[in-house]
Amino acid sequence: MPESDILQAGTPADSKAVASLYFDTTAPLLDVQELRVDFQTKEGVAHAVNGVSFTLEAGRTLGILGESGCGKSVTAQAIMGILDSPPARVVGGKVLLSGVDLLTLNEDARRQIRANRIGMVFQDALSALNPVFTVGWQLGELFRKHRDFSRKQAKQEAVRLLDLVGIPAAGQRVDDFPHQFSGGMRQRVMIAMALALDPNVIIADEPTTALDVTVQAQIMKLLADLQAERNMGLILITHDIGVVADVADDICVMYAGREVEKADVYAIYDSPAHPYTQALLESIPRVDMKGQQLASIQGLPPNLTSMPSGCAFHPRCRFARERCREDTPPLYTVTPGRLSACHFFQEVLDS
Amino acid sequence: MSEVILAATDVRKYFPITAGVLKRTVGHVQAVDGISLELYQGETLGIVGESGCGKSTLARVLMGLIPATSGSVKLEGEELVGMKPSRLRKIRRDVQIIFQDPYSSLDPRMTVGKIIGEPFEIHAEVAPKGERRRKVQELLEVVGLSPEHINRYPHQFSGGQRQRIGIARALALRPKVIICDEPVSALDISVQAQVVNLLENLQSEFGLSYIFVAHDLSVVRHISDRVGVMYLGKMVELGTEDQIYERPTHPYTQALLSAVPVPDPGLRGHRKQIVLTGELPSAANPPSGCRFRTRCWKAQSVCAESEPALEVRDGGDHPSACHFAEVIDVTHAAY
Repeated sequence: MPESDILQAGTPADSKAVASLYFDTTAPLLDVQELRVDFQTKEGVAHAVNGVSFTLEAGRTLGILGESGCGKSVTAQAIMGILDSPPARVVGGKVLLSGVDLLTLNEDARRQIRANRIGMVFQDALSALNPVFTVGWQLGELFRKHRDFSRKQAKQEAVRLLDLVGIPAAGQRVDDFPHQFSGGMRQRVMIAMALALDPNVIIADEPTTALDVTVQAQIMKLLADLQAERNMGLILITHDIGVVADVADDICVMYAGREVEKADVYAIYDSPAHPYTQALLESIPRVDMKGQQLASIQGLPPNLTSMPSGCAFHPRCRFARERCREDTPPLYTVTPGRLSACHFFQEVLDS
Repeated sequence: MSEVILAATDVRKYFPITAGVLKRTVGHVQAVDGISLELYQGETLGIVGESGCGKSTLARVLMGLIPATSGSVKLEGEELVGMKPSRLRKIRRDVQIIFQDPYSSLDPRMTVGKIIGEPFEIHAEVAPKGERRRKVQELLEVVGLSPEHINRYPHQFSGGQRQRIGIARALALRPKVIICDEPVSALDISVQAQVVNLLENLQSEFGLSYIFVAHDLSVVRHISDRVGVMYLGKMVELGTEDQIYERPTHPYTQALLSAVPVPDPGLRGHRKQIVLTGELPSAANPPSGCRFRTRCWKAQSVCAESEPALEVRDGGDHPSACHFAEVIDVTHAAY
């Protein structure tokens, strides 16, 4: 491991424990600034993430809400450093983990950060786990690679973790292969894997989308309990407006690669300050109400290679004016801590 | 109430489990086990349940896509189970289906015009050859697509537009019943509302009856007049939308409803939460008596011994298959 990179980042560190040494504990846990990711495609350059910024503190849950193609998963992958590049390229911004910009680190250092500092839970556990190894071996691998544990010790740790995430008879199931678990149980294995090395941040990318509601409730409860117990920061990426309402502290709504609204969860559901958020909330049926006609958003999300001029939402927006076509709205401060990328946020709030 | 258009009585569908080189049958997956229901003219009957409960199998059995093992399915009084294939083909005109996945349910090598026009080739009496193109263009317009798109291929459309193509195909023969098998679950939220609204508008315009199969309880509530809840091949509760969502009596329905997140953070911690433990048992070897008893917090010895019938019980106003049925409000906040 090239020590120079680490030294540049701050304090000297030995390669195995790079994580614990040079981080500034007074800085925000995770601070993403103006992140930009482009994809090279046949149709041209797609701006998948277009200047996203947010902060996550320990013990808090940030919900990133958006439809498919809005850039929410790409943001997560950029933070983790697992983007496929090419075609993807991080073209700007900073990802500060306790003050250290991850984007400037080399691959070895980033590998140390992953798992040790940031864990990730993927949507599709069946394809995220390796089908030809037992779950115990895959969980143990983290300890063998990152902690120099023996095989026996690593397996013990694997059993402990499976037990922690509520898999019955963990001692026996540790030798099972991923396909022998049900969908909910596989997701628990994924969570165990993300938690294995005690990270400070967990990124959960659509962790319950493929699951039934009753299992979803179990998994969300497990995540919330573990987060509270360990005081981790949790980023919950989802398109499910109901799930984030239940667990998130803060919400960041994304549209076409940008954040369009950011606020604490109560404010955003109470009175959205961006037309897109407002339209989303009106377009979903609720289980506790018998609705009338749903208010649908006209049109389709834009093509990322040929984004509309001005505000990307203007072709579908009911508040759109001439100005929206030309002038890209900045993130206006609505109230302290509350941001909206709409020229007419006041009108949206009042409506 | 209006008349019954589709009636199922004690429908069963068992899939054999085979083993060995001789493919001996060693058991059966009881995907649908004794379900009876009636669909009235012009209504929407929602069927909800978790994956593996048999709701999609039921949908396919109802339209004769897969033959029932036993039981009866009657369309306007005519028995479909055991019907001659030639007659069944004719009668299918009246029952069409919309599939879940708008990507795999459209042939990528056929143009939109061909896809929507294909039903006319089987049922030539609906539209003579010369008129088909115009009919297809009309259908495209009905579902909110441009008639000029008739020569495009499915990959040129987004998910929501593809689902509209699937709907146009289902509408082509002017059916009486449309079976919607998870029609919006693959779509983004903003597009989902468009398709749900389209389905509702088409229903009132053409007087369609829907069987709406979905796992999303919020969407089902929105669109359905009556709702049936399935668990492991059985119907456990059946009632109007209001009865099922406001006054559920079966523990499974209650657990299911309480698990649905409500987009209102103010209700956090105020709603009753029933988190089920354990997993869905195998449909090849279901529990004795009540199939839900292994995950039920009310289960007693009687539940293992006798299977509760789907009937109206004391204190309830609609059929519920639970020995200990009682109303619990789980959808609203309890302050």
